[in-house]
Amino acid sequence: MAASVQPIEPNSRPVASPHDHDIVMHCDIRELFYGNFKAVRDTSIPIKKNSITAFIGPSGCGKSTVLRCLNRMNDLVRGFRFEGKVRFRGRDIYETGIDPVAVRRFIGMVFQQPNPFATSIFNNVAFGLRLNGYKGDKAAKVESALRGAALWDEVKDKLHKSGLSLSGGQQQRLCIARAIATEPEVLLMDEPCSALDPIATRKIEELMTDLRKKFTIAIVTHNLQQAQRVADYTGFLYVDTSMGGRTGYLVEFEQSRKLFEDPQHKHTKEYIRGEFS
Amino acid sequence: MSAHSSAQPGLPVLPGALFGSRQGEITQVPSPLQRAVDVTFRRLCHAFAWFTILLVTFIVLRIAMSAAPAMREQGWGFLTGRVWDANAGQFGILAQIWGTLYTSILALILGTAFGVAAAVFLSEGFLGSTIFGLLKYFGVHLHPWWGRLPDQIERILKELIELLAAIPSVVYGLWGIFVVIPLIRPLCHALHEHAGWIPLFSTDLSGPGVLPAVIVLAIMIMPTVTAISRDALVSVPVKLRMAAYGLGATRWESIFAVILPTASRGIAGGIVLAFGRALGETMALAMLVGNSNQINLSLFSPANTLAALLANNFPEAGPREVGLLMYAALVLLGITLVVNIMGAFILQRAAKNAAE
Repeated sequence: MAASVQPIEPNSRPVASPHDHDIVMHCDIRELFYGNFKAVRDTSIPIKKNSITAFIGPSGCGKSTVLRCLNRMNDLVRGFRFEGKVRFRGRDIYETGIDPVAVRRFIGMVFQQPNPFATSIFNNVAFGLRLNGYKGDKAAKVESALRGAALWDEVKDKLHKSGLSLSGGQQQRLCIARAIATEPEVLLMDEPCSALDPIATRKIEELMTDLRKKFTIAIVTHNLQQAQRVADYTGFLYVDTSMGGRTGYLVEFEQSRKLFEDPQHKHTKEYIRGEFS
Repeated sequence: MSAHSSAQPGLPVLPGALFGSRQGEITQVPSPLQRAVDVTFRRLCHAFAWFTILLVTFIVLRIAMSAAPAMREQGWGFLTGRVWDANAGQFGILAQIWGTLYTSILALILGTAFGVAAAVFLSEGFLGSTIFGLLKYFGVHLHPWWGRLPDQIERILKELIELLAAIPSVVYGLWGIFVVIPLIRPLCHALHEHAGWIPLFSTDLSGPGVLPAVIVLAIMIMPTVTAISRDALVSVPVKLRMAAYGLGATRWESIFAVILPTASRGIAGGIVLAFGRALGETMALAMLVGNSNQINLSLFSPANTLAALLANNFPEAGPREVGLLMYAALVLLGITLVVNIMGAFILQRAAKNAAE
């Protein structure tokens, strides 16, 4: 049931035109297992350059699982098995010989729970730079990352303080700064606002639309308004319980505006109208 | 309707109770028995807690009182004298203090290195991923029994390491004399022959000595370090591991840069506890350290410790010597106390730094 993307007219927002060479990643999942449990099937999502692609769907539909496929975080789960392809820079990241650690350096990730390390704000942001053996001016990179995450003004006088001393919203922006410090091409965000209050959420959303200029973003959210507000493209996943399992699959993938205003599929319509969650 | 006026005539209203129950209500004020049990339990807990504190005070006080005559007689010279000779009437415990600290610190270094390494191995799933890879190769990783194997083996290993703590000290002593010393003697001999200019190897191992004592002591304290470090490592939040892996850290980078520092407070707690145990360990050391009052950097020379001094001299001690031994015991107690307080202080500082 993999939905294909039709060529679309320019959006109201400055979205890159969706030609094939604009597709940074192409995620094509045929089957995905955790042990004997089939978690996701038939999901094909293109992720376009300098855009925000959102995955929405009811709980347990595998949207986070799909996101974690994109930088091979699922490899850390025992019993994980993947059939399909995730194309990135002309290669399949699941190809034999590709180091998942390398994949994760090019494709950054921000998690649901803010998870700064128990060290100073500076060291948190510089962590990735150190991993990558960055030889240049670390302080400058840390500053630009913190500015990029709209956190600089709040922390510039206490860079040596522990990252854990910040508020939840600040911690999440610190994690974003940490992820973008090494300037990865793609940024994955797994429900980045679900642990935050509305004001912090709004800040992160503004930040995301800002970051889109420089990065390509894929986000999982259970907040429909959020997807509507920030995402250029939205994929709706649904969970198939017909065979006694709980297998997620992609129902519809469209430009966000189109998906929310004129959903084609029955499940999408019901979900967007709030008839189930 | 107020609570007072609604009290039913037949039901007793307890003094101090706000409500009486109405007819047919399930809710009741706590019965006198419930209250009595509550109060008794609380008082008992209080009493036992205070009893422990009193007991510690009593022990220290009694030792100090028994030591008082010797303290008056010997003064501080007792701490700086190097000779313990009952016939000559010379008593000093500097060599024992040195031996206690030297063996404990060396054992701590060795035991911590092995203990933390074992804890990392057991908590970070190295074994699990190896075995799981193997099972996957044979295609039985999803099997209900085989798939659980890695976790089972890890649990067994953990139990085995903790079992090391259950071996009686005297058995360790015997094992040290009849296994460790013959085993390390050729190596020690060679080291002394070829690298004797290094102070650590400046004497030959003639039998009991610092090194066998340190090895056995390290094995004895390792389970403490391992168990506590493992708990600390396991309790490092998964989200921090994910953060490190998500940034593209390898397993080692995650362990060294994120997981170990995050768990460092718990690990430090384990080390302090282990140090306390090493300082007080008596039997194995009395059997292995050589009981010779020397102050020597050499790993192969015999030495003595405070605990061994006490154990060796009590049987033949006269009233005067008992006082002297009590003095030595008080010194040992003091060292242990200082170490524990320092440890607590370090932990507190670490906690504060982490929170800032």
